[in-house]
Amino acid sequence: MSGLRLLAGPDLGAGPEGYADHVRRLGQPTLAGRALIEALVRSGLTGRGGASFPAGLKWRALASASNGSAVIVVNGAEGEPQSHKDRLLMVSRPHLVLDGAFLAARTLRAASVVVYVGEEHRAAYAAMERALRERQQAERRITRMAAAPHRYVAGESSAAVHLIDAGIATPTTTPPHPREQGVAAAPTLMQNVETLAHIALIARYGDAWYRSAGRRGAAGTLLVTIAGGVAKPGVLEIEAGTTIAEAVAMCGGLSEPACAVLLGGYYGNWLPAAKAWDLPLDAEALRAGGVGLGCGVIGLQPASRCGVCDTARIMRYLAEESSAQCGPCFFGLRALSDACNRVAERGTNRDDMARLKRWAVEVEGRGACKHPDGAVMFMRSALSTFADEFASHPAHWRQQPA
Amino acid sequence: MILLSAVVVLGVLSSLRFQSTGWPRFLTPALHRNLALMTLVFLGLHIITAVVDPFTHLGWLAAVVPFSSYYRTLWLGLGTIAFELLVAIVVTSLLRNVIGQAAWRLIHWLAYASWPVAVIHGFGTGTDALSAWFVALSIVCVVSVTIAIVYRLLQPPADPLASARGEFRSGVSRRPNQ
Amino acid sequence: MKTEAHMTIDRIKCEGHGLCAELLPELIRLDDWGYPIIAHGPISKPLAPLAQRAVAACPVLALALRRESRPR
Repeated sequence: MSGLRLLAGPDLGAGPEGYADHVRRLGQPTLAGRALIEALVRSGLTGRGGASFPAGLKWRALASASNGSAVIVVNGAEGEPQSHKDRLLMVSRPHLVLDGAFLAARTLRAASVVVYVGEEHRAAYAAMERALRERQQAERRITRMAAAPHRYVAGESSAAVHLIDAGIATPTTTPPHPREQGVAAAPTLMQNVETLAHIALIARYGDAWYRSAGRRGAAGTLLVTIAGGVAKPGVLEIEAGTTIAEAVAMCGGLSEPACAVLLGGYYGNWLPAAKAWDLPLDAEALRAGGVGLGCGVIGLQPASRCGVCDTARIMRYLAEESSAQCGPCFFGLRALSDACNRVAERGTNRDDMARLKRWAVEVEGRGACKHPDGAVMFMRSALSTFADEFASHPAHWRQQPA
Repeated sequence: MILLSAVVVLGVLSSLRFQSTGWPRFLTPALHRNLALMTLVFLGLHIITAVVDPFTHLGWLAAVVPFSSYYRTLWLGLGTIAFELLVAIVVTSLLRNVIGQAAWRLIHWLAYASWPVAVIHGFGTGTDALSAWFVALSIVCVVSVTIAIVYRLLQPPADPLASARGEFRSGVSRRPNQ
Repeated sequence: MKTEAHMTIDRIKCEGHGLCAELLPELIRLDDWGYPIIAHGPISKPLAPLAQRAVAACPVLALALRRESRPR
């Protein structure tokens, strides 16, 4: 088996792989039902949407909750601005994703499937729609497309359910969680497109095959987006356990020296470059180290750019992406963003630094969804990784705007 | 009428989140609730005394079926309507946990109908309707309630997230393809 | 088995009226924007009736008391 799995096959720039070619290349899945669920559990496959929850356990829970009314939501919203992996998968291998979705529908006895794609990802939306038309009647009949509005939180589980049910993509209060009461109040499987693609392959080759890839004790492969700072930025399929340094090398190496890495997207962690290089890209290993893989974005921060200014820019974005339903999130993130931007523009001061630290503690956990928590984690990691820069801003020169 | 007017004013002040030094926020809705219950008690007494009054020959039916009395049919009927609206408002408030916020809010809006109907009833049926003290009292009540309501209408919503929430929602509203 | 009461809040329903913090300052304080910060952990027996009053006073029914049984 070659190194590539999800991205193996015809050239990625050639457009979506059609159904006939897909079946000719890969055959049909052989695992189903209970056997598939157990294979997923043994494989250790974790979700690729950001939470890294074990897929097998999710399916097991839904299998017992479902009574024929379950709903499968294929989550291709990809609201993270720097992430491109889901789009790439949908545009070039839509049938892998759909295989995973219909395996879920049959295994979990689902009544319907919803393919939820970010409205701004037009090529991906069109590719999935076209691929759907190539499927057999039994699959087409229970499936519909839904466009995720172009906001950061639209891909969040309860927001996706809310959009599908009521046409409004705002997060809702949980409990009840979508897995218990989601679309049409039925148990709902919310699964990222990459996770479903992996499942489509595991259903053909088994869990031992899945685990045969991987370095340093990790299992499987995963898609990451290397954003900026390298010779050839973009989406990579790597073995789990690959270090950040190895992934950077696969992208042609750094285009300029890097001082820090933002791992996991805007809800992720800033890490000093020296600490980041040897980190293995594996959900479990990273969690043990107190950080997360998130949606697999690896942002390389050039040494020539100001970490404080970039943090402030991203905080402003996160504040503006609050759905304005909970006071602590809306006002708290705005206050954090304003303080951070004041430090970035006018220089550090004791009051704003104290406020940043205080609000970071007060805002956490006081929203209905995890948006404020993600933003706070991001802010805290910036305060830690760029501690010197925050303390001495603007003693060093400022970079040009993003 | 005095009690009911006070209840309405306090209700408006509650939605405005009124507070000042020495007057915490919780007092306003608490007083509103207690006065409303008291109003219902006095209203009960008012209805009983009106029904048993040998002069009017009202009968108990008139207390619950609007426009069923021979004595001042229209004005009394309005009183019955105001009474029943008030009962609906109080009962739904007591059972708010059961019926939920949305249903409670909808019925509570009837308060804005119940008060003027009660005041007009007072003018129409009262034997002292044109006496100086009653007119003066009525003016005070009507003016207070009117000022409170107009002030409320001119204020922005007390919920600080009202406009931001609406803006975000309108941006993320779609109908998924069927 | 002992039953513990925990205060739960629906953050979307909450509109920052602040009555809860006035009625239960032992467990609830308001942040810089008027929204409640609720102390974690079970509610002690002496505070239970006050907690109930705070829950009932919320104008938007955002608060609730959840009972949990745990082994002693």
